[in-house]
Amino acid sequence: MTRKQPFEQIVAAHGATVLRVCRALLGPGDADDAWSETFLSAMTAYPGLPADANVQAWLVTIAHRKAIDVGRAIARRAIPVPEVPDAATAGAADGHGLDLDTELLAALARLTDKQRRAVAYHYLAGLPYADVAVILGSSTDAARRAAADGIATLRRICPSVSSRKGEPGHDRQRSP
Amino acid sequence: MTDNVVRDLTGAVAEPLHDPSGHLQTLHARLAAQAAQAGILDIAYRTVDTPVGSLLLAATERGLVRVAYASEGHDAVLQALADRISPRILRAPARLDSAAAELEEYFAGRRRGFGLPLDWQLSAGFRRTVLQHLARDVGYGHTASYAGLARLAGSPRAVRAVGTACATNPLPVVVPCHRVVRSDGRIGGYLGGPEAKRLLLTLETAA
Repeated sequence: MTRKQPFEQIVAAHGATVLRVCRALLGPGDADDAWSETFLSAMTAYPGLPADANVQAWLVTIAHRKAIDVGRAIARRAIPVPEVPDAATAGAADGHGLDLDTELLAALARLTDKQRRAVAYHYLAGLPYADVAVILGSSTDAARRAAADGIATLRRICPSVSSRKGEPGHDRQRSP
Repeated sequence: MTDNVVRDLTGAVAEPLHDPSGHLQTLHARLAAQAAQAGILDIAYRTVDTPVGSLLLAATERGLVRVAYASEGHDAVLQALADRISPRILRAPARLDSAAAELEEYFAGRRRGFGLPLDWQLSAGFRRTVLQHLARDVGYGHTASYAGLARLAGSPRAVRAVGTACATNPLPVVVPCHRVVRSDGRIGGYLGGPEAKRLLLTLETAA
């Protein structure tokens, strides 16, 4: 019989991954709320989870739903603002590149929901496409295609990423 | 090529390099507070450093449910709590503030008894009877023999069962099984080890 770990160990093992997924889905500003909602909801349901369940896929599924909820709440309170300058283009223009993180997050926000989710669940959470497909309610092939399209789009609109291809082991500098 | 994008993307959504775990700790603390408020934090725990080593303190909403020596293996103790009570366990020091404070006073020689609410659910039947008599009737600085405690518990011939009750005490230090010694004057066994037992008895006679 598989024993169920203390929930503390679930948070320790998966907290960082779930936060990455929430940030990819919502941006850093609203990710914290989605993270809290995800783990609070998971902890509530945890005693009923089968001991042999795939905890990571289960958590990402909850994060998926919570991010949709948080996204809807943001949309409800959103007021129209002038469009911000395209970070990727502006960065490329001055030849230095804006902060790569900001650039990538901005690019991520421009993907379709399905592409962004497929990229986050497969590439950031490490779920196989079969699990991603279940969360997205699509076929495995469609999930794989959405992730591939998402990555292709990111590479296209983030010049500083694609310009560095072929630099294995490149240890990029990140601003503090 | 995909690797580049994915690596950079992972970096973009990861913790800042100068503070890799601080933000997650903040989120964890917030989760613990929210879970307690929502009534789903079945067991809160923390550790305290004491002269007898690191002690694990765990509490349900009813009270202190477990005190564990490092020699028992804190991870194993937490897993046993998950199996026996609930897996909804978080490191959440707030619920154990008063327990930690009373233990600190005790080890400083400034406290002779504990006023903490106790959750006895890990101890049942005769063992619980024995431990409750021990907590109530064998005071600070005093000792009892296994036979004496058996008499106190109302079963003078159950000396061996009293030994088992002490050896499986879920609340050592607070429920003072260290005060139970052999009738021939030797110190006897202790779940925290003979050194810990000697230290506690010395502390209580010195203060």
